[in-house]
Amino acid sequence: MNYVIIGNSAAAVGCVEGIRQVDQKGKITIISDEPYHTYSRPLISYLLCGKTTEELMRYRPDDFYQTNKVETILGQKVTKIDPDAKQVLLESGKTVSYDKLLCATGSSPFVPPMKGLETVEQKFTFMTLDAATALQKAITPASNVLIIGAGLIGLKCAEGIFDSVRSVTVVDLAPHILSSILDEAGAQMMQRHLEKQGLKFYLNDSVESFDHNTALLKSGEKLTFDQLVLAVGVRPNVSLIKDAGGKVGRGIVIDATMQTSLPDVYAAGDCTESHDISSDQDRILALLPNAYLQGECAGKNMAGASCVFDKAIPMNAIGLLGLHIITAGSYEGEEKCVQDKESYKKMFIKDGKLKGYILIGNIDRAGIYTNLIREQTPLSEIDFDMVFEHPSLMAFGRGYRDKVLAGK
Amino acid sequence: MKRVYVNEKWCLGCHLCEYNCAFAQTGEPDMARALKDKTIHPNIRVEDGDDVHFAVNCRHCDEALCVKSCITGALSKTADGVVTIDQDKCVHCFTCVLTCPYGCILPTEDGAVTKCELCLKTTKGKPACVAGCPNNAIVFEER
Repeated sequence: MNYVIIGNSAAAVGCVEGIRQVDQKGKITIISDEPYHTYSRPLISYLLCGKTTEELMRYRPDDFYQTNKVETILGQKVTKIDPDAKQVLLESGKTVSYDKLLCATGSSPFVPPMKGLETVEQKFTFMTLDAATALQKAITPASNVLIIGAGLIGLKCAEGIFDSVRSVTVVDLAPHILSSILDEAGAQMMQRHLEKQGLKFYLNDSVESFDHNTALLKSGEKLTFDQLVLAVGVRPNVSLIKDAGGKVGRGIVIDATMQTSLPDVYAAGDCTESHDISSDQDRILALLPNAYLQGECAGKNMAGASCVFDKAIPMNAIGLLGLHIITAGSYEGEEKCVQDKESYKKMFIKDGKLKGYILIGNIDRAGIYTNLIREQTPLSEIDFDMVFEHPSLMAFGRGYRDKVLAGK
Repeated sequence: MKRVYVNEKWCLGCHLCEYNCAFAQTGEPDMARALKDKTIHPNIRVEDGDDVHFAVNCRHCDEALCVKSCITGALSKTADGVVTIDQDKCVHCFTCVLTCPYGCILPTEDGAVTKCELCLKTTKGKPACVAGCPNNAIVFEER
């Protein structure tokens, strides 16, 4: 069997490990436009603030490709998939044939059209190792950095450079920060924490126009900056599948076995649409754990096993300047909330099940909550008041504990 | 594989397993001296109810969500199935805390993450928690 994987990040690694659980012998080729050993994309902000190094941020050991008998074609872009001839075309003109193909092309920063953006000399995105090192080279202790986007990427970037520059200012159209994962009250708590440390925010606002080192905001505010980071959002890289005639919505459409509408072509990771079981909707879940789990499932199926991944939910763990957030699921249904000075906890309950939660500050044993969402456990089966207070296995029945802790 | 299994009805709630775990991590020869006036960060934790007590530590799941979800590759499985952590690679993002269904990966005060590694890195043989349990409420065996 001849496997080809386009991409070299979490979904691709998951695919390799999935294939090798089933097929030790088949040929695996990884093709990536990035010239690096597989690295953890979310770690680029940690690299900037010195919490990791280029060596330590390698997502798998140095001998990963060797151990798993993977051939790599790195620094080469795939320009076309030909599903009839079952081959991919590289920008060099070379073709690579496959029996089974995984498309794990990830996502790209989305840069909306903005007036005068072309006059800005030092502008960056924040998605890849190259982007991060370019930003790192540009900033100095005297830099005033303007970040457009107060989402996960924008704020992790802010944290990454915070200690290396004079000031960081963040502008976002949304009325509150981290709007994809936090409600208003949680976002306010987080914003206060970040402002206390010196981050500046302009929310409910956007850039009207740029003029070299100045941004004029809709509100009338004028901001001068040395470097600009565009972290408005990301878009799934779907064009290879789309151009090959595969079904694409907002992301590549896949079934529960991770197969696309094209025969023998699978897809996994940020380039795909997932079925979020907490909201029962198809949405893009651009999350590393989701990418790995999809990739692994795809790999097993490509190698002939029978595997479904049908437990995708949104979930995030993110720390910003010392305060941690863990969230999962979707925020619909009845709310249950407690808040004090240092922590925030909100749960969303619908149809007798936990649908989502937000924890800020105290995040201990949060996975017990995540598991309730993922397994869609009827809350009538557990002592929910107890588990809401403190996540524990005590709140579950003896039968569950016997299974989990006693192996019965 | 051999895991630490709980005999819930035998657990007295004495929490000795927690102390033995914390002590094993120090590598010191004397428990009293090693743990005196220290806040301990054991990788096994006893849950106490009115009449029910039981210890909880890493289940070393066959399909370990923490390992599959780890964003750095710091968590991995040994050939024997033990879920181990490479502290140097860990950046304390707590994705493992988010995904562990049993709440067995724990943040410590300095921000690092700690978990049971079945005493792979401490003693040889039996995990210290099991070795010190006075009532066979936890055992180390295949099931």
